[in-house]
Amino acid sequence: MTVDDRFTRDFREPRDDQPLGTRNEIITGPVADWATDFSHFEPEWSADPYRIQDDLRQRCPIAHTGRFGGGWLPVRYEDVAAIAYDTDDFSSRSIIMGNFRPPVEIAPIGGSPPISSDPPFHHDARKLLLPAFTKTAVSRLEPATRAFCHALIDALQGQDVIDAAHEYAQHIPIRVIADMLGFPAEDGPQFRQFVENTLEGVNLPPEERIERMQSLFDYLLAQIRDHVDHPRHDLTSFLIDAELYGHKLEPGHVAGTVALLLIAGIDTTWSAIGASLWHLACHPADLARLVADPGLLPTAVEEFLRAYAPVTMARLVKHDMHFRGVDMKADDWILLSFPAANRDPGQFDRADEVIIDREENRHAAFGLGIHRCVGSHLARMELRVALEVWLDRIPAFSLADPAAVTWSSGQIRGPRTLPLRIG
Amino acid sequence: MKVRIDPQRCQGHGRCYDLAPELFGDDDEGYGMVLNDGDVPPDAEHAARRAVSNCPERAIELIEENQP
Repeated sequence: MTVDDRFTRDFREPRDDQPLGTRNEIITGPVADWATDFSHFEPEWSADPYRIQDDLRQRCPIAHTGRFGGGWLPVRYEDVAAIAYDTDDFSSRSIIMGNFRPPVEIAPIGGSPPISSDPPFHHDARKLLLPAFTKTAVSRLEPATRAFCHALIDALQGQDVIDAAHEYAQHIPIRVIADMLGFPAEDGPQFRQFVENTLEGVNLPPEERIERMQSLFDYLLAQIRDHVDHPRHDLTSFLIDAELYGHKLEPGHVAGTVALLLIAGIDTTWSAIGASLWHLACHPADLARLVADPGLLPTAVEEFLRAYAPVTMARLVKHDMHFRGVDMKADDWILLSFPAANRDPGQFDRADEVIIDREENRHAAFGLGIHRCVGSHLARMELRVALEVWLDRIPAFSLADPAAVTWSSGQIRGPRTLPLRIG
Repeated sequence: MKVRIDPQRCQGHGRCYDLAPELFGDDDEGYGMVLNDGDVPPDAEHAARRAVSNCPERAIELIEENQP
């Protein structure tokens, strides 16, 4: 057996033969017209993206922006679906719409496979992960998740006001993914920082953005090296050992996938739990109904996922083309809003209403096509268990101060401050 | 009545085996599979229709058999 030296050197050191990506001028500030100048990082969008998207659906329906070096925002279900299914014209080589485009040569693997990968590589990188994320596999994590939710609420006993985003929701996915990756649970606060830097630090000056991303990969590399020295039964050791086409994975593939699982597993589920509790705090009739009939929860969870879908993806246009009435150019961004698709009245009856017993619900909260969220079964389990335990332990609550609620900006949407009055 | 999953469309969302576990199961990678050759007993017809109307990929086909 040879020594695994893939991670001894820093594999990130740039080589002379590597192509560079492109950076564009960073433009921030109030949006002039959402149809021609949209930005998912302005406060108006964070406060209520649905009103903006509903308006655009009437008059565009594919909006444009010159920010982020140029991009498009489809808001109809059929356009979002068409792009999600079309991997010939749209690449996933970057899935965070910002001010940096990685070089074309990074495709079809991308920086964080398989989410950043295109066919044909995508299929094989994804196949490695699927068995760990089936409904059966994640059901084994349910008892520990439930116990952890109870422990969180035990610790909050006696408080009149609980910040459900900060003191409850965020801790659940952090603990679950730390356990799955085999990372120390006490590093949770650092994970939160990594997530914020990656997803919300898009408009920072490039040096600062690069430095922050480096700190994430420094941390991951230390964890990976520790796993090489001390293998365990967790996803990190699994990826270190995994083979593709007869070879161990490239070190950048291992680190990129671990980064993906860490980043994508936290903010998203945190947001879904928080948004569901926010809805129930604002809608006492729905709350009373769910407390009286907990069997309705799985259906309600799907409706919360539809109406408050936390995840918006991005794509890069592969080549100049005419697409559904607009002229797209190579390397234009697509802000692929599954939340907007989920509220299209062309696809859903009473699309703007939350109907917790909705019978027919083909929502796209976990995406459509080959990039369906690999963690969707895990997210559903966490969301259901988090709400079951909360409603069991805290059946009566309301918004303590509506003005104090804050929402994240960027591609993942959920409450980041959510003070709830108990009782 | 029978159900069929189009494996070209199925992406493993798992709505069918969530909503109608008596008709659908999952394989080792989470993709949906029909149970019992896709036969739908009369008392499971509602569950079959729910699975169809909740599949985000529209991957499930309902085959209504002609009455003799």
